[in-house]
Amino acid sequence: MDGPAIEISKLRFGWKSGECLLAIDGFAVGRGERVFLHGPSGSGKSSLLGLVGGVLMPQAGEIRVLGQAWGELPASRRDRFRGDHIGFLFQQFNLLPYLGLIDNVLLPVRYSKLRRQRCGTAPEAEARRLLAALGLAGKALLSRPVAELSVGQQQRAAAARALLGRPELVVADEPTSALDEESRDAFLSLLMQQCGESGATLLFVSHERRLAAGFDRTVSLSQMQAAEAGTVQS
Amino acid sequence: MKGTLILALLSLWNRRGTALLTACSIALSVALLWGVLQVRDGARSGFAATVSGVDLIVGPRTGPLNLLLYSIFQAGEPTSSVSRASFELVARHPDVAWALPLSLGDSHRGFRVLGTTPDYFLHYRHGRRQVLLFAEGRAFAAHGELVIGATVARVLGYQPGTEAVLAHGLGEGSFAEHEETFRVVGVLAPTGTPLDRLVMADLDDLAHLHGAEQSTSLTAFLVGMKERPALLTMQRALNDYRGEALTAIIPGVALSDLWRLVGVADRAMLALSFCVLLAGLVGMTSTLLAALSERRRELAILRSVGARPLNLLGLLMLEAGALSLVGALMGLLTGRLLVAAFAAELEARLGILLEPALLDSTSAAILCGVTAAGLLAGLLPGLAAYRRSLADGLSMRT
Repeated sequence: MDGPAIEISKLRFGWKSGECLLAIDGFAVGRGERVFLHGPSGSGKSSLLGLVGGVLMPQAGEIRVLGQAWGELPASRRDRFRGDHIGFLFQQFNLLPYLGLIDNVLLPVRYSKLRRQRCGTAPEAEARRLLAALGLAGKALLSRPVAELSVGQQQRAAAARALLGRPELVVADEPTSALDEESRDAFLSLLMQQCGESGATLLFVSHERRLAAGFDRTVSLSQMQAAEAGTVQS
Repeated sequence: MKGTLILALLSLWNRRGTALLTACSIALSVALLWGVLQVRDGARSGFAATVSGVDLIVGPRTGPLNLLLYSIFQAGEPTSSVSRASFELVARHPDVAWALPLSLGDSHRGFRVLGTTPDYFLHYRHGRRQVLLFAEGRAFAAHGELVIGATVARVLGYQPGTEAVLAHGLGEGSFAEHEETFRVVGVLAPTGTPLDRLVMADLDDLAHLHGAEQSTSLTAFLVGMKERPALLTMQRALNDYRGEALTAIIPGVALSDLWRLVGVADRAMLALSFCVLLAGLVGMTSTLLAALSERRRELAILRSVGARPLNLLGLLMLEAGALSLVGALMGLLTGRLLVAAFAAELEARLGILLEPALLDSTSAAILCGVTAAGLLAGLLPGLAAYRRSLADGLSMRT
């Protein structure tokens, strides 16, 4: 399992046949790199993340994650590969309301043996460690129903979950858009710091360009796109 | 699997309002199905117990069902009669413990009048060999006395001391050629058998009504044997008797023949309650399906942390299975509570004997069957979740 974290070549994707929402001739993210992907809403960011996550399949071209091409794997193996190697983080409501904070963070090890092994002997201790590193500690806080936590606390718990079991790639889709300015900055620096500590590659997608400051590299989706994107081919 | 089950239960608990309603609809249909099965068994044994303790019913030469219908159920008309002499002959037979004469043909305000002897109240049994009990009063003993069944007392409002005019013939408002005033001396406790609709008087007393000293012909008579083994010999002897053309039947055999005829209704009831159960399961399926759109986020979260579409299929199936199991348990419990509350009433009014065991094979079969059906029904929302999770991917569009 070598090669860059993400490698896209000659990708063409559209929801309907004939439509071409995304056309990316070449794009790569190196191991351990922290990339800020900028694009206005509706520009195909979510589709791109679906493609990178191996949930969507392109009409043409290839996407490799950690050297593995999604197209070479059958659907069930894709599910396993995704669960083992990629942590996801979404805009908001990342937590299951009927699970406690710790159990929410522990969700990935229910489905991924690899990530459980990487947690060491006690996944729960690892979950507590990550939560504490992200500023969530204390018996009272950890035992509170997740719906009663602030959005900022929920997003930090979601970040802990994305990082649990040290997946090589963390994909974050507008994780700060529901946060106010102060908690946004705090969240972002904590996320970057933790990704650095676990050595994870971070692909961070947002429409807010001013968040790009701390990243290794900023890419705009429109720059990535080849000329034919957005057109409807007849 | 275990993890998915816990997730399913927690998720259901999170939606416990609708989950409880869904389980209730299953519970009601299970209670109905179980109730119908109980009532069916109860009705069958209650029917078979319309008359018990009587070894033979003897009447003129006729079909067994016909004899049973008019001697026990007071339905239909006897076509001929049995001579008093034959009755006396049987009654005096050394193997015979007792014999009760039956004479039908009169009526009182739409209820049939049975002429017999006071011994009737000693020997006649119904249900689980229960003796006839008097709710009020006593058996007839002297001239002009009547005993009435529970329904007769309720409908006509009679009680001991009420005077009643008996008329010859059947049916309400029949022409009263002979009239005589009788007095009610006893009201029987409800039996749930045709006995409740009878007016009973002394055989010879009724004969007076028709201007005779003593009754010379009977409609039929009931026989109790001293020893059961003598029964078949006696039955054969009576059927072959040269002095008079007689028919002797064993009530249990004739009753089960009759049940085979009327049992169609309970099969229809059973089919109907299976349909209700099906409706309950369809309701659960549609509730789970409808909830899927509100649960897109939940499913997307599970998918993003590594759950495979198959895990989601399993989750939905387990949810449906758990709902069905809980519903079935609730239904069986409800059924038992209802039976406990109404068993006495049902037995008295309809002659349906209900005595459910705490855990019988029927309940176990319902429990397993409904849970399995529920798991299967969960395939539908499960496959929908499976397909949707493939189409939605990880996006959180709501």
